[in-house]
Amino acid sequence: MKSRIKTTARVAAGAIILFSLAAFTDYKIEKSKKALVAEDNELTGAGATFPFPFYSKIFDEYNKKTSIKVNYQSIGSGGGQKQLQAKTVDFGASDAPVSDDQLKSFPSPIVHVPTCLGADVVTYNIPGEPKLQLTGDVVADIFLGKITKWNDARIIKLNPAAKLPDLPISVIHRSDGSGTTYVFADYLSKISEQWKTKPGKGTSLEWPTGLGAKGNEGVAGLVKQTPGAIGYVELIYALQNKMAMAKLKNKSGNFVEANLSSVSAAANVKIPDDARVSITDTDAKDGYPISSFTYLLVYKNQSYDGRAEAKAKNTLKLIWWTTHEGQQFASPLMYAPLPKEAVTVAEKILKSVTFNGKSIL
Amino acid sequence: MQVSNTRQIKQLQFGELFFRKGLALSALLLGIILLSIFITILVASLPSIKAIGISFFYGKTWNPVENDFGGLPFLIGTLVTSILALIISVPFSISVGLFLGEYFTKGFLSVFFKNSIELLAAIPSVIYGFVGMFILVPFVRDLETSLSLPPYGVGIFTASIILSIMIIPYSVSLIRQVIMLVPSSLKEAAYSLGATRYEVIKNIIIPYTRSGIGAGILLSLGRALGETMAVTMLIGNSQILPTNIFAPSNTMASVIANEFTEATGDVYLSALIEMGLFLFVVTTIINVIGRQIIKRFSID
Amino acid sequence: MERGIQIRKYKNIVLKTGVVLFTVIVTLPLLLVLLYIFKRGISAISWDFLANLPKPVGETGGGIFNALIGSAIIIGIAALIAIPFGVSIGVYLSEFRKTKLAYWTLLSVDVLQGIPSIVIGIVIYLWIVKTMGSFSALSGSIALSLMMLPSIIKSTEETLKLIPDSLKEASLSLGVPYYRTILKVILPAGISGILSGVMLGIARIAGETAPLLFTAFGNPFTNTNILKPMASLPLVIFNYAISPYDEWHELAWGAAFLLILFILLLNTLTKLAEKKWRVQF
Repeated sequence: MKSRIKTTARVAAGAIILFSLAAFTDYKIEKSKKALVAEDNELTGAGATFPFPFYSKIFDEYNKKTSIKVNYQSIGSGGGQKQLQAKTVDFGASDAPVSDDQLKSFPSPIVHVPTCLGADVVTYNIPGEPKLQLTGDVVADIFLGKITKWNDARIIKLNPAAKLPDLPISVIHRSDGSGTTYVFADYLSKISEQWKTKPGKGTSLEWPTGLGAKGNEGVAGLVKQTPGAIGYVELIYALQNKMAMAKLKNKSGNFVEANLSSVSAAANVKIPDDARVSITDTDAKDGYPISSFTYLLVYKNQSYDGRAEAKAKNTLKLIWWTTHEGQQFASPLMYAPLPKEAVTVAEKILKSVTFNGKSIL
Repeated sequence: MQVSNTRQIKQLQFGELFFRKGLALSALLLGIILLSIFITILVASLPSIKAIGISFFYGKTWNPVENDFGGLPFLIGTLVTSILALIISVPFSISVGLFLGEYFTKGFLSVFFKNSIELLAAIPSVIYGFVGMFILVPFVRDLETSLSLPPYGVGIFTASIILSIMIIPYSVSLIRQVIMLVPSSLKEAAYSLGATRYEVIKNIIIPYTRSGIGAGILLSLGRALGETMAVTMLIGNSQILPTNIFAPSNTMASVIANEFTEATGDVYLSALIEMGLFLFVVTTIINVIGRQIIKRFSID
Repeated sequence: MERGIQIRKYKNIVLKTGVVLFTVIVTLPLLLVLLYIFKRGISAISWDFLANLPKPVGETGGGIFNALIGSAIIIGIAALIAIPFGVSIGVYLSEFRKTKLAYWTLLSVDVLQGIPSIVIGIVIYLWIVKTMGSFSALSGSIALSLMMLPSIIKSTEETLKLIPDSLKEASLSLGVPYYRTILKVILPAGISGILSGVMLGIARIAGETAPLLFTAFGNPFTNTNILKPMASLPLVIFNYAISPYDEWHELAWGAAFLLILFILLLNTLTKLAEKKWRVQF
């Protein structure tokens, strides 16, 4: 009993001291923050779920190679932009290039570095797993809620051989701000006049119908679980989960399947200096119509908020590696590696990033 | 403890004062923290309050592309989900309250069920959501198929069922508490006049505890309104005004959970925080009223 | 007359049957949930599961070591913040019951208890994550510490109230200073109640997910630096649960099993502590 009293008293006394010390913690945190930054080998990034399988693979490899730990959280492209803007991460990731309007809301200029190419596929869950061919306007009308049954005349016309059940279509879309959504909406805006006026294109949309799920992971999960569902996900998610994908009709009138060569074909365009380019609804004969670059975003001037130079260097080195050696890991995961021209643009962009006015790389 | 000179006494007095002040300070600090919470979210909501104004409460479209933030679908979603959960849970909460507070106040059965209900309260929200996705969703999907509704599986109905299970333990503990406060002299008098237990419950316990049970249900509502994870996982995350109870929807809390880290644009983020502010104000009012009723009840 | 009595008896039986039936039905989901988690969770648990880090997406294997460590650290720090703070408030409330400050503090505790956890997440994001410029375990701990305060304050206050004044008066009359009386006589006498409040508080925050979404954030690596993002069990369960990968679902079931086990353990300990050290006078 006595010893218990003593220890309790000690704990309590210690606690009170701790409590009165609380006033000084700010100072302490400041100090330890500085001490930690020096030997910091961790980088935090957040954003797109579209390239997450690719990033999670290459950051794992990078860790094995350099012992730098890259903590990448796939919270969605909208989140990547937002958290970079709030300066809570070292780099953001997005498939949607930041719009001119939004660029102004960043405290200082940012750059887009393309890292690989992917494709949005239209995936569905129909009992009997028929193979479907769809056109852009049919896809648009399904996601606008105008086509509501799988045995709709317009779907049957495109797929005379498929067995289509009398099943309501459950549209699954993203609930979070998403680059996958942006790319999808970007494509549909080019195809459908109605889509262009409403819902338009953006990372979050006002969806006229359907269920929302979080991340590419969430959409794939929900489509897989829901009979009659249709959704859009990055290619790898559909492949890894063995989900059915529709062939889409491109501008040249061919029905194209999403794969490495059809995505690369779409990427065969002139890339502007800031790398922000849309390659949906491609002119390429064999190009897949909903392909996209995906980007890592960083501030052009890295010396902000007392950031250590080492950290800036680590960030830039990581991105350089991603656009060079890292590319070998893209194709096994069905992402198209950057074309030569894009790598050259990326190099130029990376060299323009500065710390205290000096180029880092 | 011997005190031999004045210096030591001074030290003691100082320690004494320091200690008392320290206690009062920590109590004061709690109030300051709460006030700062309120002020923080109020200030952070201002951009949205300015930009959107009152249409935040009746606007039907939540469109981040157009910077148009009407919160009505989420208000309705929250209200429908919570009230449905209450309707499902109330008969159960009162029954269990009677079971533990009147029928079996002691003994093995009482202990067993009391502990079970407490465990029900201890299971984290995210696990309810997870289990709901795998047990309840397929079941609801079959139900929807047989009703020839779109077989989403997730939606208001699914979320309400899980929510009702989650609030039952909370309302049970409150209801049981007030039922046990009924003076036994009242009950004994009725029994001695030959009343059955049914009559005692109907004519003594229920009228006596009406306000207390009401407060318990009110407090459960407060809890249901703010519940986040399980609802986020099961409600279907749709921004459209729900048309029936199987429709997918969104609650205020689930919208925040989904969109907070990725809201680009100041008004968008601020609109989400304003939703948090509204949630905070409503739950606070409900809580304070409910607690006051319960408190007054226990003192009587 | 006879008929009337029959009806009354009948009503009585119907009500009782109804009450018992409803009570049994309510406990059904509990058994269902526990059984299901145990069934799926146990098969997921192995040494690899406990000691490994998550693998890149789509590769099999991998574990939740990072989340286990993360949860332990985040909860530990939350408790470290909340216990002294909560106990001092509890002592204040029981010692100075009649003051205005006590009235407002009690009200604050009620309000705090009712704040939805997601709102606390928002506030801590604005206060700490934005100011420090980084998601961090510390911000998660602070959010959780706010959530465990009410149970510590209430249990401290309620236990100390039960301790008879004679104990305090005896100590004071022997010339023991007030603060030593509180620290060495009153608090030790009420230790069981305080401990059970602490354990209940920990049980409550161990599974909290919503405030961690915007604070601790998550981390695929094991991290012990509290100023950096950190993984935690509830977040891992959430992220893996909504994913399409069966391997990740397995991990989530395992994590859910561990989390439930931990919470059940805390609950049982609380019960035992209450029984063993009940304040008796």
